[in-house]
Amino acid sequence: MSAYVLRRLWQMIPTLAGVILLVFFLFNWIGGDPAYVLAGLFSNQEQIDSIRAELGLDQPLIVQLWIFVKQVATFDFGNSWTTGESVASIFATRLPASLTLMVPLLIIETLIALVLAVGLAWVRGSSIDRGTMVVFTGLMSVSILVFIIVGQNVLAYRLGWFPVQGWSDDFWKNLTTYAPLPILLGLVVSIAPNTRLFRSFVLDEVDQDYVRTARAKGLSEPRVMFIHVLRNALIPVITFVISHIPTLLLGAFLLERFFGIPGVGREIILAVERSDFPVIKAVTIYVAIATMIFNLIGDVLYRLTDPRVQLR
Amino acid sequence: MSSTTIQTAPVVSEGAWALAWRRFKSDRVGVWSAVTVILSLALVLTTLVGSLASDWEKEVAVSNAPPSWAKQDMQGADGSADVQPVVLYEPSPSDVVDPIAAQWELAQKAVKPAGEKVNALATHLPMGADKWGRDVLAKTIKGAETSILVGLAAALMATVLGAALGAVSGWYGGVVDDLSNWLYNVFHSIPGILLILAIAAVLNTKGTMAVVLILGTTGWTGTYRLMRGEYLKHRNREYVRAADAIGASNNRRMFVHILPNVSHVILVQFSLLTVSCIKAEVILSFLGFGVPVDGVSWGTMLTEAQNDLLVGKWWQLLSATVAMSIFVTALSLLTDSLRDALDPKVIH
Repeated sequence: MSAYVLRRLWQMIPTLAGVILLVFFLFNWIGGDPAYVLAGLFSNQEQIDSIRAELGLDQPLIVQLWIFVKQVATFDFGNSWTTGESVASIFATRLPASLTLMVPLLIIETLIALVLAVGLAWVRGSSIDRGTMVVFTGLMSVSILVFIIVGQNVLAYRLGWFPVQGWSDDFWKNLTTYAPLPILLGLVVSIAPNTRLFRSFVLDEVDQDYVRTARAKGLSEPRVMFIHVLRNALIPVITFVISHIPTLLLGAFLLERFFGIPGVGREIILAVERSDFPVIKAVTIYVAIATMIFNLIGDVLYRLTDPRVQLR
Repeated sequence: MSSTTIQTAPVVSEGAWALAWRRFKSDRVGVWSAVTVILSLALVLTTLVGSLASDWEKEVAVSNAPPSWAKQDMQGADGSADVQPVVLYEPSPSDVVDPIAAQWELAQKAVKPAGEKVNALATHLPMGADKWGRDVLAKTIKGAETSILVGLAAALMATVLGAALGAVSGWYGGVVDDLSNWLYNVFHSIPGILLILAIAAVLNTKGTMAVVLILGTTGWTGTYRLMRGEYLKHRNREYVRAADAIGASNNRRMFVHILPNVSHVILVQFSLLTVSCIKAEVILSFLGFGVPVDGVSWGTMLTEAQNDLLVGKWWQLLSATVAMSIFVTALSLLTDSLRDALDPKVIH
């Protein structure tokens, strides 16, 4: 097992190098000389010159690449071009808000989707199952924007059940006052695709031989579904959830933007709007690293929960 | 005797596509969604040649004219009187300083004889009007053209990229395969939406071509992995070895022999990608990185609808949402049916 983990970590190096090259290629080559961006942001020629020197824009490309690699290795991407705040501090201060929103959302959506999936798989082929699937397909075809716009307008603005937007410094106040509506809207959007996916995981299991054996030895249907089938169907569900953890770092772009939540997602959108390259570069590199690590964790957990799986 | 039996006996078995067509025809949901998709595409084609909704920018009704079927309902449901007398400042085209107003005036005069009366503005339209008095129905149809074409073009680009790379990677193996796999791993380790935003930040240009480019270069990974798997599988099948034995070239075996056998995977990927690209275009346009404001797409309509809704004008939102969900639902259902019909391993 440890040999496997070591080999996987070793294999991450070329991928990470690729991500660094891709980001460098995008921002330093296609993006070109950011002088025009900087000229729009700063009136002071000295500031522009200092940033150009920091990025090594007067040096050959290979030197610029080396500067970028050093930035990645030392976790120091410098300061945001628009606010002057260090990129590290932007993350440290924006992440709590994103997590307050995303962690409850991930937990609740997984639990609800799992219960619905087992329930639908139980009555598979019935009119309830087919009807729900049709409704879910319809829900999935409506843009997430519509849910957010209508939800915010009706539930918060017109009915006044939730605050229209806002955020405070108090964790509990955020969780109980400001987060519920964004979480609710996040659930409406994510329940349908997750239930469909989890239902297919459960259906992969219900025709297996061990299920027939369990029925043959006279176990009750709830026991078969919730003990035998569910435990096996949980394996791909765990992998799916683990692979989604890195996206928690990204926050929810649209929810944060609509509800004025000062999270990472809103910060990324602001950075894209203002051409604040250091912030975007840092996010892309670190989320890619997190994705690779969590994919590995997912594979290892897969092995631990299912001994039949051979890791090569 | 025996020679005659040989001549009359050959049973021409149905081709894979004929079989798939027969399976597809018996799928009622699939047929109806196919009809819907084809009708929508026909609509797009009509707007493209300009015979429909080409005058969507014309002011044909009073500002925010409600849908003709909903006037009563609107007042009754809201209860309050604040719907009819709009106190808020509503800029109408005449209030805004139009930089080309003078030229426009001249152009209008050139087209219309001086004495002709200006058409009276309608107070009701089938789907209402927007803030500028433009017909929402025409806008929705024109927006469908943009959104669907962008979705199709981006999906086409992503599918071709993914399929070509996957085919080469699976067929040749070795260094080519290692390199393409490396590229796949790199793109795969960055969450899609983040990559889309990063490219949008770098391109820093708005426009439909930019959206197609962004979505096309980020969407190829799924198709690549599937196609690579298919080519690995088919590379050593008997029919390919037989083709090799009679001297078929690499290209001929890849594209004439194997490609038709894996084309169903490409077709399904293409329609899946179209759905996701249409959804992504809507979000990109909303965030301001997509279709520019002088164009119209379902995304820009939703952007306007957000403000409309605050003052109780819901019809633009409804119109764009219904149009989008009809097309996307039909295309999703069609994809499911196509997959079932084209994959012989699925038991019915």
